Amino acid sequence: MIEDGIKIYPDECCGFFYGQEDHSGHRRVTDILVVNNAKEGDRRRRFEISSKDYIKAEQYAMENNLQLLGVYHSHPDHPAIPSEQDRIAAQPYFSYIIISVMKNNVTQFRSWILNDNFSFEEEEINNQQLNTIK
Amino acid sequence: MATVIIPTPLRKFTNNTAKVDINAATIEETVQELTLNFPDLKKHLLDDKGQIRSFINIFVGDNDIRDLQQEKTSVKSDTLISIVPAIAGGVKM
Repeated sequence: MIEDGIKIYPDECCGFFYGQEDHSGHRRVTDILVVNNAKEGDRRRRFEISSKDYIKAEQYAMENNLQLLGVYHSHPDHPAIPSEQDRIAAQPYFSYIIISVMKNNVTQFRSWILNDNFSFEEEEINNQQLNTIK
Repeated sequence: MATVIIPTPLRKFTNNTAKVDINAATIEETVQELTLNFPDLKKHLLDDKGQIRSFINIFVGDNDIRDLQQEKTSVKSDTLISIVPAIAGGVKM
């Protein structure tokens, strides 16, 4: 995710991540799927994932017995705090990881989840070794 | 019966079921039946006016219903219907 954020800077990067959730709700991320930012227009300030890529992402989870845990994207030159646009489009259950990229350096890496009132709450992140899906 | 694929984020409202069989003739009927069977799903699929939310896409096979007859799109017993959340956002409003 960090590599993607730096590589795609100054545009916003995006993708999915997979893993397993235990009974206490802890999520262990094991795999990442990088996808294209399909937004037409200002990709420095907006991202969009095509329906085709979303369907593929769900299929990958089913075929590999993984949980699709959430979506990541970057905020180039902005903090890793969800915008109102992020909140409006957010889905329940998914973790939303936001990477703040400032001049080619990742300065923040934070995760958020929508609560029952459609507001974001921050999730704690512990470091993981991740596999990027080729 | 048509089969509806429930996306991961909405499965907590369908008792973690990924595929639901629905007996309906159109997408409109399918959504009605689905929200009747799983009432908690309603606010995530429909807006205050009862229309399909703008951040929810529905596909019949490989086709977005917006390119077909929208909610009036007909479904058959072997139709595969996918509910696809629109994934978008970013810094700017």
